Amino acid sequence: MTASTISESRVSGRVTPGPARRRRTTGAWFADTGWRHVVGVVFVVYAVFPIVYVVSASLSAGGTLTGSNQLFDTVSGANYAALGDTRFWSWVANSVQIAVVTSIGTVLMGAAAAYAFSRFRFEGRRAGLTTLLIVQMFPQMLAFVAIFLLLISLGEVVPALGLNSKVALVCVYLGGALGVNTFLMYGFFNTIPRELDEAAKIDGATHAQTYWTIILRLVTPILAVVALLSIIATFGEFVIARVLLQSESNWTLAVGLYSWVSSLLEANWGLFAAGAVISTIPILVLFLFLQKYIVGGLTAGSVKG
Amino acid sequence: MTDLQHATEATRARSGGSTPPPDERRARRAARRDESPAGRYGPGFLVKLAIMAVVNAFGAYVVWSAWVAESWVVLGAMLAMLVVADWVYFSRRTVPLKYVLPGLIFLFTFQIFTIAYTGWVAFTNYGDGHNSTKDDAITALLAQNERRVEGSPSLPLTVVADGDELGFAVLAADGTTAVGGAEDALSPVGATVTDGRIAAVDGWQVLDRQEILERQTEVTNLRVPVSEDPNDGSIRTQDARTGYTFTPTLLYDESADTMTDTTTGAVYAPNGEGRFEAADGSTLQVGWRVFVGFDNFTTAFSDSRYAGPFFQVVAWTFVFAFASVATTFLLGMFLATVFNAPHLRGRKVYRTLLILPYAIPGFVAPLLWSGLLNRSFGFINQVLLGGAAIPWLTDPWLAKLSLIGVNLWLGFPYMFLICTGALQSLPTDVMEAAKIDGAGRLRTWSSVTMPLLLVSTTPLLISSFAFNFNNFALVYMLTGGGPRFADASVPLGHTDILITMVYSVAGLDGTAPKNFGLASALSIVIFVIIATISAIAFKRTRSLEEIN
Repeated sequence: MTASTISESRVSGRVTPGPARRRRTTGAWFADTGWRHVVGVVFVVYAVFPIVYVVSASLSAGGTLTGSNQLFDTVSGANYAALGDTRFWSWVANSVQIAVVTSIGTVLMGAAAAYAFSRFRFEGRRAGLTTLLIVQMFPQMLAFVAIFLLLISLGEVVPALGLNSKVALVCVYLGGALGVNTFLMYGFFNTIPRELDEAAKIDGATHAQTYWTIILRLVTPILAVVALLSIIATFGEFVIARVLLQSESNWTLAVGLYSWVSSLLEANWGLFAAGAVISTIPILVLFLFLQKYIVGGLTAGSVKG
Repeated sequence: MTDLQHATEATRARSGGSTPPPDERRARRAARRDESPAGRYGPGFLVKLAIMAVVNAFGAYVVWSAWVAESWVVLGAMLAMLVVADWVYFSRRTVPLKYVLPGLIFLFTFQIFTIAYTGWVAFTNYGDGHNSTKDDAITALLAQNERRVEGSPSLPLTVVADGDELGFAVLAADGTTAVGGAEDALSPVGATVTDGRIAAVDGWQVLDRQEILERQTEVTNLRVPVSEDPNDGSIRTQDARTGYTFTPTLLYDESADTMTDTTTGAVYAPNGEGRFEAADGSTLQVGWRVFVGFDNFTTAFSDSRYAGPFFQVVAWTFVFAFASVATTFLLGMFLATVFNAPHLRGRKVYRTLLILPYAIPGFVAPLLWSGLLNRSFGFINQVLLGGAAIPWLTDPWLAKLSLIGVNLWLGFPYMFLICTGALQSLPTDVMEAAKIDGAGRLRTWSSVTMPLLLVSTTPLLISSFAFNFNNFALVYMLTGGGPRFADASVPLGHTDILITMVYSVAGLDGTAPKNFGLASALSIVIFVIIATISAIAFKRTRSLEEIN
């Protein structure tokens, strides 16, 4: 009680416009608030300047690395138009397809598993949860050599599941679906009161009806968050896509843009900048929209409580 | 479900007086459960039936293809998955599994199996020169070492096709005709012979000139075995009109398991390392996969070529991961503290602008910085430093510094976010207590805020460490691991971390010979390190206790 009274008085002392405040000098203001603005401006410049640069480079008419150094020297859509002559748009299509299909699969499988772990008490439940917790510590990309070799063998049997197949890449990504997201969903499922399930059961609903018509409706927010997080993660994934997708027409944006920069950096810079801007915008929008969930999700996995 | 419950209740009520033996009771209950129609043939069941039909059809197709391709592991695994799937979805006792199974199958195939497979490959010499089984190696050796049989007659030959499969029809000196393809040895066949050449063959279609030209390389590469015994050689042609018998210069003796070079007489025997070796130590170029025990690990840790770079890479990986976490955390915490002032105007705007780098796709940022830091034309050198030519990405030390610098830009927003969250959830009473005790701003911060902050963020710092430990995209895209070590025999450089070393050693981009065995062994080293880090993280967070 004492603490809260003190803090109230302190806060009110600051906010209330009164004689005390008017007497504050510029120096005092700077010591309290002003320097924060200085730090803020300096680091905003640091954080934003590469982004401003890439936007400027994408709009420069020259399209070379040197030509991009004068920020907003020229403004033209030439680089964006030139993307049409490359495979850029098919890479966009590949990336979007792969990310969306992976995201749908991840949500379906993750939610179902979370439902089982949250609502049923069965043998091996504890072991299953522990295993998932351990598995999620080992990112899938660590085993990319084995994934590559596995797909060589699978491709000899079913070509659609072999190397250089988008279907196979999605399957590989889905292998990580349970490990990454089940815990996030599991926590959320636990917050839905069990009484709802029981009421449904008494009314004659089967477990499947309860799941599809009651639970899934109630957990829609977490489903949306997991779907969008999965899209962001898949969209940005590089190493497995690079190892598995071999022909240029099957590449994702990450692999394609890398190839532009790694070969002939000079000549392709404008193209890369335009492509980078286009591939950043949707993710940036999703991210800003999801900001607090992303932080929540990041912490939910590892911090207790 | 209600029906079922009523039924069970009824059973119980009826059997109230004289309890039947447990076995009988169980049997009766099971029978009733099967009779219960609740939700059994509803639309849901039909959907399930349709999905399972598709799954089974796919499974049957895979099993059949695996049978044709003689891929027994795939066949067995698919069969097992099908049986499990059908059992789970048509049994009434596996309700939880119905929900977990789809994810579980993908998890097992593409994550748990691949980890196990990595473990297996790490103990073999899988890689260039040891790509397949011994049988495949023998076939390849016999095919690659061929010579025209001296004095063998030239055989009038006609190129024929059966669907897509090519074959040769040959006219022997004694006038007999025979036909065969890549897989089937020559066998006698009825054919029409005009002008000393075969003009038509039963069951095969004769290719005309145009068709032969279109499939020229296929025709010149085609080898039709003379008989089922590979040592008898095969028919080949260069001009699609005359064929010669080629025999292998190597002779495989199955009973002794040796290869004999028919020109020199040298005898090659398997040497235990997956190759045929002669008495003088020379080996044949195609080998096969064998277990090599801990050889790959020994190579990494003590081989003269690999050990030096390996230890440098390991050291740099730790330094890089640690420095990345430390710098991003310090900057993030500093900014979080600065903006943790409720009365600050524009706080939201600052926050949104500061987290922008984190919202950029992981592959754009390193590529963008590789342009910014370019030595001759980059923005940093040309504009900010007025035309300096600082080799940011090509000097060993500067490249390391650049990596940490770029990672700072990429990573500080994340730390800023979590520190902001942690600061806002700090108990205010402790702060007040510090104030009452007369602690100044700095003292409060170092003795109260900082320790509390560390307690709540340590688990995230550990996972951030693990992430940066394997930050493949950043290193690969920014420096490609370069600049290369002076010893050019290993495909490694000063900024390579363990995971990019795995990639280079595996030779997946074709710049170095493939060595899957060594690459997998290195992956295992990473697994062990990550497992240790995770164990520490587990201990700290006691996440296991959360599971109830």
